[in-house]
Amino acid sequence: MNTDFTTSRLTGWGRTSPSTASVAQVSRDNVAGLLKDPYRRGVLMRGLGRSYGDAAQNAGGVVLSLEGSAEETVLDAATGTLTAGAGASLHDLLKVIVPQGFFVPVTPGTRFVTVGGAIASDIHGKNHHVEGSFGNHVRQLTLMLADGTVHEIGPDQNPTLFWATVGGMGLTGVILEATFSLIPIETSLCTVNTIRCRNIDVLIDEMSHGDDDHRYSVAWADLLATGSRLGRSVLWRGDHTKLAELSSKEAADALKYEPKHLATVPPLIPSFGFVNKMSSTLFNELWFRKEPRRKNGGHKSIPAYFHPLDAIGSWNRVYGNGGFLQYQFALPFGREDELRQIVERIAVSKTASPLVVLKRFGDANPAPLSFPMPGWTLTVDIPTRAEGLGQLLHSLDEVVMQSGGRHYLAKDAHTTPTAIRRGYPRLDEWKQIQRSVDPGQLWQSDLARRLELI
Amino acid sequence: MENAVGEVQNILVLGGRSEIGVAIARELLTPSTQRVTLACRRPDETRDVEASLSRDGLRVDSVIFDGADTSTHADFIDNVVATSGDLDVVILAFGLLGTQEECDDDPQAAVKIAHTNYTGAVSISLEVAKRFRQQGHGRLIILSSVAGERARKANFVYGSTKAGLDAFAQGLSDAMVGTGANVMIVRPGFVHSAMTAGMKAAPFSTTPDVVAQLTVRGLRAGKRIIWTPGILRWVFVLMRHLPVAIWRRMPEG
Repeated sequence: MNTDFTTSRLTGWGRTSPSTASVAQVSRDNVAGLLKDPYRRGVLMRGLGRSYGDAAQNAGGVVLSLEGSAEETVLDAATGTLTAGAGASLHDLLKVIVPQGFFVPVTPGTRFVTVGGAIASDIHGKNHHVEGSFGNHVRQLTLMLADGTVHEIGPDQNPTLFWATVGGMGLTGVILEATFSLIPIETSLCTVNTIRCRNIDVLIDEMSHGDDDHRYSVAWADLLATGSRLGRSVLWRGDHTKLAELSSKEAADALKYEPKHLATVPPLIPSFGFVNKMSSTLFNELWFRKEPRRKNGGHKSIPAYFHPLDAIGSWNRVYGNGGFLQYQFALPFGREDELRQIVERIAVSKTASPLVVLKRFGDANPAPLSFPMPGWTLTVDIPTRAEGLGQLLHSLDEVVMQSGGRHYLAKDAHTTPTAIRRGYPRLDEWKQIQRSVDPGQLWQSDLARRLELI
Repeated sequence: MENAVGEVQNILVLGGRSEIGVAIARELLTPSTQRVTLACRRPDETRDVEASLSRDGLRVDSVIFDGADTSTHADFIDNVVATSGDLDVVILAFGLLGTQEECDDDPQAAVKIAHTNYTGAVSISLEVAKRFRQQGHGRLIILSSVAGERARKANFVYGSTKAGLDAFAQGLSDAMVGTGANVMIVRPGFVHSAMTAGMKAAPFSTTPDVVAQLTVRGLRAGKRIIWTPGILRWVFVLMRHLPVAIWRRMPEG
């Protein structure tokens, strides 16, 4: 079967650093055929393009998207596991599994990510402090190597290649299918406790003591506030609501799952966008004030609690033509002073948008390039037209490097090969494994070129 | 590769002794920059430039390149790519100014200027464009000149080469749309530099550093054409329409 290639300009979700590639949608049956052609600039798989930077771009090369096929999805309710094609999105899967009493083991802030992308980025969510990242829950996956051979791998089956693929940014092969465990749920609601914290010290203290009592925990922080209000924040902690917590009327439809689409941001936005110091300051003030000081036990739906931004299509357009980047790093426990220092530098620079998240991570997994480490992770969205942003980020990189921290490859759009080498001490070990399964360097990406991953 | 805030890793300066070219390269330097390649006819004469760019983590090399020797251009680009990888930014900054008297005395001097500034620039630009199409990204900065906006009797040979180059660059810029790469045209006015030493400065004269700052700002903003200083754009709206009788009497310098 012939595959139709089109020449397309690709960017990540941040809409920065565009590059052009030959792009095609393929079914899992014709991937192998396409790998036989010699491509000078290599091949890369792309999911839904939700990586913020250049992870799913391959300038001058070939970029393939795997068609999501619903027939491949098999839910084994007895063992609580799901087998899905790598092209399937969490959005597709949730529609199938929530009404049957299951939830995905890990979800990021959007459900518009594919299973393949979730594994390649080893994504994490609000439950990392107790349940780890996506790779921790994968029992088995099917990987096609550069030579077209197909291998079943897992934590007990060729674990070296398996863990190199988890967090491997698509550079070990094509993930075709995966089997992973699910979380059994009684209802499709979450019981959420809210705590308003007047500054980052209160937040760190609160998270250090109460997080472990809840499956989910994440905080929003105001990165424009300074002084005694530095890092003022709202902490939401939640658990899947038990059936017994609901009234009999609510319980009748306990597993209802209806994600809503509120609006789509149109393509015609003024080039300077809508996110600026004034609009962000106003938003942060309202967002902070609307929350109660402390509230226990409100109910939220899965979309409202886990994926609030998904209700607005193409929300990345609000930053205008220049786009935005998401700066996400992790620092180990014991480096709270450095965390505070970074928060202060960002706050003083007045560059941050209101999209800021602080999360306390639990244990790391065995994957050499997995991002989460025991400690803290801060995520900040920043419009790229912010004056002096490059310099600011390089100075933050220094603090991250000196603190033994690291940057998240799935988000990165700015850092240097040096910062990645420092942040991922097992990079050389990973490179060796990668090279052993791809001696001809078929797998390529802009991220890999920029950060010298291969 | 270029990152989200427009910082680049690999810079090639065609005309490694051009003060404007080097100033633009210097303005582009960030902690993300890994390599600057200075290309010129006599690489042993760029040691001082190399030293002025040098810093931790940055590799500065000089390589032989003759803008006028078009038969070598294809191999030249292949070799640069083989040693330094993808080209993120290429600055086309070589050119001969000459004097009108030289050209009047010896038309072969004019041919040499025309060949270097136009034919040579066309040749290497197309080689760069070819490479950019293959790699799916890249930015080419072409140094034009306001002298090409309307030929002046004091330097019309030089002016005409820049007029030709400017028209070529506009076409190339349009042709590159959709390839992932782009071409930016810089039209400086009178720039104080070694090339113009001893000449009488024209109004709105500028320096290589100012040209470099405006160029990099324009590059990051995705501009297609910039004038340095910016006011020249409006000055030349006027100049272009001055009656010939007045234009012809423009100063000789």
